[in-house]
Amino acid sequence: MNSFRKGLKDGLPIGFGYFAVAFSLGIIAAGAGLTPFQGFLASLLVNASAGENAAFIAIKESVPYLQMVMIMIVSNIRYVLMSFALSQKIRPGTALIHRLILGFFLTDEYFALAVSQDPYCDPYYSYGAISFAAPCWASGTALGIVMGNILPGRIVSALSVALFGMFLAIIIPPARTSRPIAILIVISFISSYLLNTFTSVSESTATIILTIALSSLGAILFPVKGDNHAQ
Amino acid sequence: MRNNIYIYIAVMTITVFLVRVLPLTIIRRPITNRFIRDFLYYVPYVTLSVMTFPAIINATENPLAGAAALIFGIIAAYRGMGLFKVTVICCLCVLIIEYFL
Repeated sequence: MNSFRKGLKDGLPIGFGYFAVAFSLGIIAAGAGLTPFQGFLASLLVNASAGENAAFIAIKESVPYLQMVMIMIVSNIRYVLMSFALSQKIRPGTALIHRLILGFFLTDEYFALAVSQDPYCDPYYSYGAISFAAPCWASGTALGIVMGNILPGRIVSALSVALFGMFLAIIIPPARTSRPIAILIVISFISSYLLNTFTSVSESTATIILTIALSSLGAILFPVKGDNHAQ
Repeated sequence: MRNNIYIYIAVMTITVFLVRVLPLTIIRRPITNRFIRDFLYYVPYVTLSVMTFPAIINATENPLAGAAALIFGIIAAYRGMGLFKVTVICCLCVLIIEYFL
């Protein structure tokens, strides 16, 4: 239960960040005609910011169901990579039910928490974070649908960078001690900027392309010495 | 034609679940291939970096506020502040700068 409580504590900032992001997502969902309950349900079951954003836009356009499948695969393909990486962070022999639950709730943030555990991630640590953050995500979406246009834009604007603040808190500390990670972060920033600014490639497609290309580059240029990474 | 929103939600749920869960359940042994291990080691850093920039600048009403949040967020994280502090600093940055601009 110690793991669960530690996870709950580390899940607090994630929950607050989720609430803010889900709130803006709720505004988009409202535009697609979702009721607060439908938004709550979608967020509870899907747990993906980019994926839900793309899906709500698709619902608004009344796309065929098969096209929705394609949209969900493309906008969430990075989870395949994360799921592979996470599989290395789970102690061999862990029961299938834990893998299914961790997979169901695999998001960028829960992933970041899980990989920060050494050497393996205790599922109950993740459950602690999820137990607070997942309800925040779902209720934030519902509340965004209800009252998205009531809050001043300035407040929504400030809340919207919460998620990126969390990303920075995850990627920057390891860059202090690992030069390859620092270099890759800089290359990632520059490539992402170029791809998003000068091409018509969508944001989620850019994420896929750059993740595969630059992680391969990293693996070729900077082989990790010893066994100091996820086994 | 107006499709059923509950069917959409079901399609979203099932597709995203399969994307997330298949690798996690099929790969149950440690990966020994050196390249794949190193590749996976770098994936989260690249993915999170790519998703942070330039998105953080486009997320705010004023791009300058997003840029400030990025810079101060990096400094705060570099100084070893935790998730929560870095997040709050980023939000405050935007709030303060957009108040003046």
